[in-house]
Formats: sequence, C-alpha cells, structure tokens
Amino acid sequence: MWVTMMAFVIMIVFMFAFAVDAGQVRLSLVFPGILWMAFLFAGMIGISRTYAHEVPEDTLTGLILAPGDRMAIFLAKLTTAFLFMMGMELIATPIFFALFNEPWNGAWGSLLLVLALGALGIVELGTLLSAISANLKSGEMIFTMLMFPFEIPVLITTVEGTHAILSQPAGNPWLWLHGLMAYDAIFLALPLLLYDYLWEV
Amino acid sequence: MPTNPVSDNGALNDIVVRALHLEKKIGDKVVLRDVSLEVGAFGSLAILGPNGAGKTTLLRILSGIWGPTRGELWRFGKKVDREGRSDPRIGYLGHQSFLYPSLSALDNLIFYARLWGLEHPSQRAEEVLKQVGLTWSQTDPVRTYSRGMLQRAAIARVLMPRPLLLLLDEPYTGLDMAAQEFLDQTLRSFQASGGALILITHNVQEALRVSQGVTILVRGRLVWWSDTKGWAADRLALEYQHWLQGGARHP
Repeated sequence: MWVTMMAFVIMIVFMFAFAVDAGQVRLSLVFPGILWMAFLFAGMIGISRTYAHEVPEDTLTGLILAPGDRMAIFLAKLTTAFLFMMGMELIATPIFFALFNEPWNGAWGSLLLVLALGALGIVELGTLLSAISANLKSGEMIFTMLMFPFEIPVLITTVEGTHAILSQPAGNPWLWLHGLMAYDAIFLALPLLLYDYLWEV
Repeated sequence: MPTNPVSDNGALNDIVVRALHLEKKIGDKVVLRDVSLEVGAFGSLAILGPNGAGKTTLLRILSGIWGPTRGELWRFGKKVDREGRSDPRIGYLGHQSFLYPSLSALDNLIFYARLWGLEHPSQRAEEVLKQVGLTWSQTDPVRTYSRGMLQRAAIARVLMPRPLLLLLDEPYTGLDMAAQEFLDQTLRSFQASGGALILITHNVQEALRVSQGVTILVRGRLVWWSDTKGWAADRLALEYQHWLQGGARHP
C-alpha cells in the first residue's frame, strides 16, 4: 500500500514537472490542482486495498469474532490509512515544491492543516467504500464510481484552500477549511451509523 | 418426531445455546424462518441441508457475527441483542480458515491470542499447534499449506481460547482420512470435557458419528429432527433425500 502510493505520487510529480512549461504557464495557478489530484489518485490506489488482505481467507470474520466493539476494526483501518496518507503527503509535498519551483510564504500551520483535513476526507470515504466493495463482485468498479463524485467537495475545498494559503499575498483559506471540516465530520459520522450493516454485505 | 431439535444431556440451566423462532432477512430475501433449537453442555447437533438452505447463515447468527431479524437468541444464559455479539467462549469454524496467508500459522495464532486477550499468547499458540500436529510447519507461511494443513491450523485457531461451544461449518471438507480421524478425536475429547457442538454437514455418516441430535434445514426452516440413537446411515440418508426432494413441504 505504502510503496504503491509513494511510487504513484512521485511518478505524477515528475511527469507534471517535465510536462508543464514554467515559461508559458503560471505554475502557482495549477500547482494546488496537480498536488491534490496526485494525492487523491495515490490515496485511492492505497485505500482501495484496505480490506483486500481480509478477503482471501475471510479474516475480517476472524476479526469480528474477537471480543470488543467491531467498530474498532473500522477505526483501526481508518487510522492506518490516514497515517499512510499523511506520511505520503509529508514526503511528497516538499518534492512538489522543489520540482515546481513554487515560492513558499512560510504558512506551515495552515498548509499542514489543509493536508491533514484533506487526507482525512479522502481516507474516511475511501475506507468506508473499501469495506463495502471488498466482498462484492464488481467491488473495484463500485469503489471508483462512488469515490470520485463523493470526493469532489474534498478536491474543491483542498485546492481552493491550498491556493489561498500559497498565493502572494496570502488569501483567507478558512472558508474552505471550514467546509472541509464539515465534510470530514459528516463522513466520520456516516460510517459510524452504517457500519453494523456492512457486515452483512 | 420430537417437538424441537434439542440435543442436551444436562439440566435446563446447562443450556449453552437456545434459539427461539429466529428469522433472518438479507435484503428482501428471507433466509431463515422460525428456527428454534437448543444445545446443552455435552450436547451436539448436526444440521443437514442442501446448498442455499441457510445453514451458514444460521451458524453466523449463533456465533454472533450477524444478528437475527426476528426471534430470540440465548447463549450461556444471556440474551443476545439484535446486532449480534461475539463471544470468546464460542469457537466458529467457517468455510475459510480466517488466517492471513502471508503470515505463519504461529504468527496468526499469536495475533488472534492477543486479539482475544489470552494470557501467554505464544505459549498457547504453540500448545494448540502441537495439539493439531502442525509444530513441524508452524513457522511456514499459511499460503504454503495444503487444504488439510490449513484446516488443522483453523481448528487450532478455534480451540485456542478454550471454547465452550463449537460451531463447525462443514469441517470435514477437504480432509484426508488421517485428518478426519484427528478431527473426530478432537471433537470427541471436546464433548467429553463438557463442550457443546453444532455441526453443519452434507454427510449423514459424519452427522451420526459426531452428534447426538440431527436436524434438516430446507429453505430456511428446520423441517425434521431426531436423536441420532438408533439411526443407521442408510436410513438417515433416505430420510434426508426425502426432505430434499420434497423441499417445498413444511410441517
């Protein structure tokens, strides 16, 4: 999961770094979009496999049979995916800045916040959809079909938030960050409500 | 015909599992309807039934993986809530081993022992692997195991928390003669120590060999039940055939 995500995001950053001509395109306008598109795709590749290890020998049932709240399984999967996602973002973001020659205005706190909230938005829905699709015949297709439309709000808010943080002079990212927080709260609550039904899929 | 598929030798307070009028709907489909049974300590019940009859669903509900849509489920004297509830006193052996293929049998069992909060996980894992005769390959990845070895490892997983109730879903599938004999011995010693057992099988000989009671599940209903005492395999097979052919009839 980790290796695939990192390899993908590094491939994207190099591809765009060589494809986009800095002399003709204002990189600061496209930089947040490229950054978050790479994170979303890399995240999807990794998170779609979250439950795949549990399928061959039905080890998910083995986990369910353990004493304790079965919600812990979901939260453990979510936390692991979030840590992988954050790790990937923290390694890849400086590489993006270096290769795109993006000027840095020093707003570390805001950028870290948007990275964390964006990662959470991607992994919350991704982990839920991965659980739904793991045991379905067309699971991978269902994962992709549902993931893209539901992630549009995350893409919009993270791209706009990142753009506001990095622009010169810096804009106000809080409208977008509040929207992202609301999305994260909704998609954290939704799996908690639905999760008991997922065992019967 | 007895009034209920009951298979307990003990008094009423020894009843390990009791299901009353269980119904299970998955989507719009009713998979189980009006299923009642009970099994006590030292007791054993075999469930025969064709594919799609709802046998695995019934075992999943009894184990607490799923909850029933209707009806009551009592285990160890306590009512189980609608969502289902796992219990370490129950050992569930499903169609798959529940073991991670990339890990060794020992690592898998240590993982489960920790998950269940058992004391001395490594020691207990090694003990049960010795019990099932897998010590020689306990550090090999599970993906390299044959079907019989995998089933032995799965049995080790089931036995590890010292369960009081075993729920076995076609446990003899894929086992060679030696492994079948091993499983017979394991189940006999489990019952002798006071354990209760519910077994799903398609094989009437297995049902007669292992259990004291036998019941037939057809299209989600228990349509026939009896003590196994006095039944020969060919007579039971005929009775089973009769219910399979007339599967639409319910008492």
